Amino acid sequence: MSERPNKSVFDKKYSKKSQKKEIWRRMKKNKLSIIGLVIFCILVIIALSADFIADYEELAIKQHGDIRLQKPSKEHIFGTDQYGRDLLARMVHGSRISLGLGFFTTGISLAIGGFLGAMTGYYGGIFDEIVMRLMDILLSIPALLLAIAIVSALGPNMINLLIAITISQIPGFTRIVRSTVLTVVGEDYIEAARACGSKDFRIITNDVLPNAIGPIIVQGTMSVAKMILLAAGLSFIGLGIQPPQPEWGYMLSEAREYMRDYPHLVLIPGIAIAISVFSINLIGDGLRDALDPRLRN
Amino acid sequence: MYRYVIRRLLTLIPILLGIIFLVLFIMSFTPGDPASLLLGQDAPEEAIVQLNTELGYYDPLLVKYAKYIWNALHGDFGLSYRTQKPVFSEIIIRFPVTLKLAFYSVILTAIIGIPLGIISAVKKYKPIDMVCTSCAMVFASLPRFWLGLLLILLFSVELKLLPSNGVGTWKHFVLPVFTLAAPTAANILRLTRSTMLETIRQDYVRTARAKGASERLIIFRHELKNALLPVITSLGVEFGVLLGGAILIETVFSMPGISTLMITSIRMKDTPQVTASIIFFAILVCITMLLVDLIYALIDPRIRSKYIK
Repeated sequence: MSERPNKSVFDKKYSKKSQKKEIWRRMKKNKLSIIGLVIFCILVIIALSADFIADYEELAIKQHGDIRLQKPSKEHIFGTDQYGRDLLARMVHGSRISLGLGFFTTGISLAIGGFLGAMTGYYGGIFDEIVMRLMDILLSIPALLLAIAIVSALGPNMINLLIAITISQIPGFTRIVRSTVLTVVGEDYIEAARACGSKDFRIITNDVLPNAIGPIIVQGTMSVAKMILLAAGLSFIGLGIQPPQPEWGYMLSEAREYMRDYPHLVLIPGIAIAISVFSINLIGDGLRDALDPRLRN
Repeated sequence: MYRYVIRRLLTLIPILLGIIFLVLFIMSFTPGDPASLLLGQDAPEEAIVQLNTELGYYDPLLVKYAKYIWNALHGDFGLSYRTQKPVFSEIIIRFPVTLKLAFYSVILTAIIGIPLGIISAVKKYKPIDMVCTSCAMVFASLPRFWLGLLLILLFSVELKLLPSNGVGTWKHFVLPVFTLAAPTAANILRLTRSTMLETIRQDYVRTARAKGASERLIIFRHELKNALLPVITSLGVEFGVLLGGAILIETVFSMPGISTLMITSIRMKDTPQVTASIIFFAILVCITMLLVDLIYALIDPRIRSKYIK
C-alpha cells in the first residue's frame, strides 16, 4: 500500500486537531469569555489549595467564642461569623463544596442523560417514546421543586442533595443529546459507517457523538452554574448541606439573622456564588459562539 | 382550532397522572409511618398498626396511587398531620400570594426585558447596548435569594423605604417582585435582542427597507412582530421558572405563600401537605405551559393555518 500523498489543504483544514485550534482561536477573540475563564481558573486554584490557605478543622469548623462576629480585620480578612469561625477559611473551603458539587453532578447527569439521549435518538421506536414521556414528566416539574421533593423524602444531607440535583438535570441533557443525535443520524457518514459494518455502539461513540458534541458542551458548562445555584438555594432553605460544613448557601441563611449589623456576612458568600456562576456563564456564552459561529450576532 | 385545543388538553392528562405518580413514588421513601407521628412514640403498638391500616400506609404503591387519584378527583387530597384540616384548603388560602408574586413578576419581566432588548438590538454595539447587555449578564448570574437579601439591606434596613416581610399592602410586593423578576428580565432582554438581530437579517426586512419603509415601521411592523414569537413562548416558560423561583423568594421575604407552607410542612414531616403542595405546584406549571402553547398557536399564523380552514 502506497503512502498517502502529501496532506492536502482539505486535510489540514478539517483534521480534528485544527478544529479544536479553530474553536480556541474564535474563543480567544471573545474577551469576556477569556475573563470568565481566568476568574474561573483562579477559583479552581483556590478550591484546590484550600488546605494550604486555611486549616479546615481549626479555622473553618472549630468555634471560638471569644472572637464572635468580628468585622474584617488584619487577622481575619473577611471577619468572623457568629461562632467565631474565620469567614475567609469557610469561604475557601466552601468553594470546594460548591465547585465540586457543580462539576460532579453535571458529570453524572451528563453521563446518564447523554446515554439515554444517544440511545433514544439513535434507536427511536417504543424505547424512545417511553423514555421521552418520562422526561416530559420530569421536565414539567421545576428543578428546584423536584429536588426539594427528593431531599424532603430522603432526608437532608450531602449525598441526597447530590442525588436530587443530579436527577433534576438529567431530562435536560437527555433532550439536548437526543435532538443533536437526531440531526446527525440522517447524515451520509453514518450510513457509510453502517455500510462498513460498524457495530451500533461504535457508530454512536465514534461517529454520532463527536459530531453532536457542540451543544452538549455548551449545555454542560451552563449546567455547572445551574447546579451551583440549585445546591446553594437548597442549602439556603435548610434542605442541602448540613452545618457545620461551610456551604455558601447555608452560610447565607445563617447570616440572615445578623445581617442588619454585620452585612459582610451576607455580602461575601453571595458575591462568591455570583462570581462563580457569572464566570461559568461567560465561558458558556463564549463556547457557544466559538462552537457555532452562525449564532453570533 | 378546537381540534388542536382538545388534542393538547388530552396530552395533559397522562402528564398529570405521571406527575402525581412520580411525586407519590418519591414521597414513599419518607422514613417513618404516619400513625407514630400522629399518636406519638408512646402510643400502643395496636393503635399505631390500626391507624396506619386506616390511612392505607401498608397498601402497595399502586393501590395508594389509585386511591390518591380517586380521592383527588373528588377534591380530597388528604388531611394534614399537623392541623388535621384538609390540605387542599390550606393550599387554596395561600395560593393567591404565590400567584400574585409570580404574575406581577412576569409582567415586570416583560416590561423591563422586551423594550430594553429591542433598544439593545436597534442600537447594536452602541454604549446603551453595551450597558444593557452587560447588566443583563450580571443580573442573570445573581442568585435570587441573595439579591433579595441585598435589597432588604438597602431598602428596608438602610433607607427604611419598604417593608422586608409580610404581604399586607402593595408595598410588601415591591421587593419580592423585583427580586424574582430581575434575573428573568435579564434572560428575556438577551433573548429579545438576539431574535431581533436575527430578524434584521431576514429577506423581508431587506425588502421592506428597499421599498423605502421608514425605520420605525420596519422595526415595529416587520422585525418586532416576528421576533416576539419566541420571546412570548419564553415568557410562558419563565412563568413556570418564576413559580419555582418563588419558593426561595417567599422564604427570604417571609411571605405566607404555598412555598413557605411546603417548607414548614417538610420540617414538620407533614407528608400529605408536602405531597399535595408539590403536586399542586407542578400542575400549575403544566397548565401554564399548556396555555403558552395555545397562545402560541393562536398568534402564529403558520401554526394556526394548520388547524383553521
